[in-house]
Amino acid sequence: MRSFSYLSAPDVETALRVIADGEGVKFLGGGTNLVDLMREGIERPATVVDITRLPLTGIEELPGGGVRVGALVRNSRLAADLLIRTRYPVLAQAVLHGASAQLRNMATVGGNLLQRTRCLYFYDGAAACNKRAPGSGCDAIGGFSRGGAILGASEHCVAAHPSDMAVALAMLDAVVEVESVRGVRRIPIADFHRLPGDTPHIETALAADELITAVELPPVPVAANSRYRKVRDRASYAFALVSVAAALNVEDGVVTEARLALGGVGTKPWRATEAERALLGAPATEDAFRRAAEAELAAAVAGPQNAFKIELARRTIVATLRRLLTEGSAA
Amino acid sequence: MAEISLRVNGSAHELDIQPQVSLLDALREHLGLTGTKKGCDQGACGACTVLADGERINSCLAPAVQYEGREITTIEGIGHPLQEAFVHADGLQCGYCTPGQICSAIGMLAEHKDGMPSAVTEHLAVTGGELDDAEIRERMSGNLCRCGAYNGIVSAIREVAG
Amino acid sequence: MTVIGRPLDRVDGRVKTTGAARFAAEHPYPGLAHAALVPATISRGRITTLHTGEASAVPGVIAVLTHLNAPELKPAPKVTPLRLSSLVSGTSVGYLQTDEVHWDGQPIAVVVAETSAAAREAAALVRADYAPAPAMVDFAAAEADARPQRGNPLMPGEAKKGDAEAALAAAPVALDLRYTTPPHHHNALEPHATTAVWDGDRLTVHDATQAIDWFRAHLAVRFGIPAADVRVLAPFVGGGFGGKVSIWPGTILAALAARATGRPVRLALTREDVYRTVGGRTPSIQRVALGATRDGKLTALVHTSVTRTGRVGGLPEQVTSQSRHLYDAENIFLRQSIVPLDLLSNTSMRAPGESIGTFALEAAIDELACELDLDPIELRMRNEPAVNPMDGKKFAHRMLREAYAVGAERFGWHERDPRPRSMRDGRWLVGMGVASAYHPSWRFAANVTVRLSADGTVLVRCGFQEMGMGGATAQAQIAADALGVPFEAVRVEYGDSALPMSPNAGGSAQTASVAGGVLEACGRLKRSLAAMARRTGGDTPETILRRANLPYAEAAAGSDTRFGRISGQVRFMANLLREQRRWVKAASGAQFCEVRVDPDTGEVRVSRWLGVFDIGTVVNAKTAASQLRGGIVMGLGMALSEETLVDPRTGRIMNAGLAEYHVPVHADIPPIEVSFLDDPDPTMPLGILGAGEVGITGVAAAVANAVHHATGTRVRDLPITLDKLL
Repeated sequence: MRSFSYLSAPDVETALRVIADGEGVKFLGGGTNLVDLMREGIERPATVVDITRLPLTGIEELPGGGVRVGALVRNSRLAADLLIRTRYPVLAQAVLHGASAQLRNMATVGGNLLQRTRCLYFYDGAAACNKRAPGSGCDAIGGFSRGGAILGASEHCVAAHPSDMAVALAMLDAVVEVESVRGVRRIPIADFHRLPGDTPHIETALAADELITAVELPPVPVAANSRYRKVRDRASYAFALVSVAAALNVEDGVVTEARLALGGVGTKPWRATEAERALLGAPATEDAFRRAAEAELAAAVAGPQNAFKIELARRTIVATLRRLLTEGSAA
Repeated sequence: MAEISLRVNGSAHELDIQPQVSLLDALREHLGLTGTKKGCDQGACGACTVLADGERINSCLAPAVQYEGREITTIEGIGHPLQEAFVHADGLQCGYCTPGQICSAIGMLAEHKDGMPSAVTEHLAVTGGELDDAEIRERMSGNLCRCGAYNGIVSAIREVAG
Repeated sequence: MTVIGRPLDRVDGRVKTTGAARFAAEHPYPGLAHAALVPATISRGRITTLHTGEASAVPGVIAVLTHLNAPELKPAPKVTPLRLSSLVSGTSVGYLQTDEVHWDGQPIAVVVAETSAAAREAAALVRADYAPAPAMVDFAAAEADARPQRGNPLMPGEAKKGDAEAALAAAPVALDLRYTTPPHHHNALEPHATTAVWDGDRLTVHDATQAIDWFRAHLAVRFGIPAADVRVLAPFVGGGFGGKVSIWPGTILAALAARATGRPVRLALTREDVYRTVGGRTPSIQRVALGATRDGKLTALVHTSVTRTGRVGGLPEQVTSQSRHLYDAENIFLRQSIVPLDLLSNTSMRAPGESIGTFALEAAIDELACELDLDPIELRMRNEPAVNPMDGKKFAHRMLREAYAVGAERFGWHERDPRPRSMRDGRWLVGMGVASAYHPSWRFAANVTVRLSADGTVLVRCGFQEMGMGGATAQAQIAADALGVPFEAVRVEYGDSALPMSPNAGGSAQTASVAGGVLEACGRLKRSLAAMARRTGGDTPETILRRANLPYAEAAAGSDTRFGRISGQVRFMANLLREQRRWVKAASGAQFCEVRVDPDTGEVRVSRWLGVFDIGTVVNAKTAASQLRGGIVMGLGMALSEETLVDPRTGRIMNAGLAEYHVPVHADIPPIEVSFLDDPDPTMPLGILGAGEVGITGVAAAVANAVHHATGTRVRDLPITLDKLL
């Protein structure tokens, strides 16, 4: 790991000032992704500002039924919170399906939003990767791309977004609150993560001098009936091949409200708006679920190694909606 | 270099280390506490698990400087019925993952007692569910054992959890 | 009261659960320096320029060693059966001796620094320019270039009986199937590590090795010093599984770096280093063709394999080994072919040969059973041989019939509806499968001393390896019974080349080999005590020794003098060849698997497992069961998730870490029931057949067969990942 200077920020103001004034400054939260990337030589900050002592660790209920989650709330605390577990079971479940208990005790909500891809070629300094070294090419294309994205990829990058939590946040229309010396911004989650296009190294809408301070969950009554389903290569402690965050309201056999987001398949946490549109007003049947999944996956593009994800995503969407219908919420 | 004071197993240690030194390397190389193991150095095996203020973490991904002021407990500071239970249930072979498994299990039992759910918890809104084998296995999945002593580890934990 | 067989707690349990056990990278030395490797990033070619300036400038760096400035290393000895230790060299490369690169990952520089952080930081700053040469790295594309493997008298590369191809063509029922298995890595939780210390021209290394004596011999050759001046210590090894049998660059470079810098040097490989500098299991392409009569009598068995080695070395795997012994077919043809590639040498990994060989053979037998509409156990019983099928040699021990009978009863095999996709549990598809486990039994020469002190305590000394097998516990049990003393009175010293010579931990042979030495030494000790008793009139060890005015009595098996070792080896080789001509010896078993498959996603969960094993005498029911479970767990990884991804374009391993190479986690492993037939083999020391490897054999086939039963889909390419079941 390259040497760096370290500073523990006593308050938000200091943290923002240091990052505004410095070059190559990175905020350190739980470290579960950043430290690993630094050890691999992929991230090489000159200065690391520890933000874990900042007072951004609250989970508060908002007037109107939403919840505000501090950026430094650790994953395990978020998943354990009873408000989250009952109001947004999909979020608690998504978090619990990520990483391991040890990592969840360290990782923060803000850091999870910035988690970087697990693409094998991104992680290997000897390989060409437009995300790691802009303009160097993409060795994943034509290489081991079983984990690669089928939605939102470009000819420059096929790397899938690895987060579970962010998939649930995408489904919930969360809002990311960020702050810099220039002021506070509120970024809808749909705009927070970017598609790779021809700039795959720019992954989020967060500016270089901004700090994530909180995530706001709007009131989403349908989320009370929600679930997260993760499909992976072993029973635990592995990244998603496909994951589905889903919420469903059915009245008299007809879908009155549906929310769906996908993980493991998109270059960003993938809100399945086409599927949602197809579900709305449709009969709550397996056929309709399948048609909705197909509507979303019509745009999917795959190579020989990840073509199975299209079928797997279709089946996992159907299975998750079926389970919501028959067994109800994960709460 | 950074001068820090690290509290480990109840005593304070003054260290002068570079910020890139992980808590794991600080324990093993600077404090001589080699009971905490390095299996991957990337948060993928759990051999480096220690307790920070009673919570299990992967010390390989923890910069030591970040843990100043926290109470770190390593296997050398642990006297727990699980240790004997591991031996009796043969929840170990080579012994390399064992300190991490034991620290992790101690943290896990505390989490369960606190009402922490897991990925296999059937009803998230219900707290205080039973710690059955499926729950133990899911909650311990962050600790790899290549010798394959998983059955023995689960037995040992079940025995101590009561 | 006899202690052999009892499920005693392992004697090193306490030091391993308190953190007191010190592994190779955990020995402090004054002035200790830390080393880090710089791996090549091309598969073949030459280094044209090395940029080491930035690395040298990192504070704390002591030296950056490259082929331009490293001390001389003598060449690796040519492999010869006359000197078994010559087999230990992982590769034939002279590390840091030339500008040549032979595989992606070959160390091209070593950085030595005051701290490990500085060494790693500097290592990342070393850059190389290369003149690449064409490299052949694509195993699938090289299949046609494979040539029949040269065998040796113990492990022939080819075998035939009758005319199998003609019999296949004439068979009423015939199957001709192709199976593949990917490369695997051992992934012992402890990455390889070495602490090397020179005292003048004497070298001490603490190493993560399962071949202490061979390491000593090899280091002596490479550094041009007498073997007596090398000491190798490995009292605790964090798992090996074959990956720590050979000597890989890390060990040699640690010693080289210590010599170059005049400092004690610790080189702890990173997990990525382990993938890049320690060999793994070869991939394989296998053909199994079976011909049978309608009532299930095998008339033809063809099993051929293609595997790879590196051009710089590697172990030819005995992929068809079990196919010589498992089925009584009239016509048999077996051939192993091999193709050398510009990759790091492959090496032994738990049951090399039989792990992947039983996958193909035992899956094919299941396919034949389906084809014949016959129960797969019944098909096996109809072809269970009375003598070795190839040549009529006697089986020293053969209890497969009993294993299947016991297993079928315990597992509830009769409740299985044989039709695929016929069994369900809720939405889950349920399947049950079986397969045979088979691993040859070996015994090597072990020198042992046993000392009985006047206070009644016993000290057993032998430089064997302990990586979790429970060796010290088992040998203490054996010595206790042999001398009639309590188990608690026996202490065992091991893991040090200064002790009497032990064979390496390989071939599942260590317990039997050392047991042979312990029994021999204990026998001598008892005889000499009896003689002393007659002389002195004492009746307990205490009184005998006191009256003889001796602090202890000691006896040895084998001799550690140079001549003693050589004559021991010669005697042993002669014995081995004689025994091999006479007997077929093996551990075997029946693996029973139940899976649940998610019909939507194809996720496979193993829900139940039973292995019934014939490992001869069970010395410790607890640790032996753990050994077998461990084999099964590794087999489950092989069946369902493990695969090393070697990019066929570059020869570079792309998932060199535990996050993307999926070994099983707690949640993957159900309760595994292990049952022993516990019947001593008459030809092995104490009747022990070995437990380290047989557990993994047959596992992948049993899973594949159960998955077929659950889903109707045959997956012939490991691992059985869910995409293959959609």
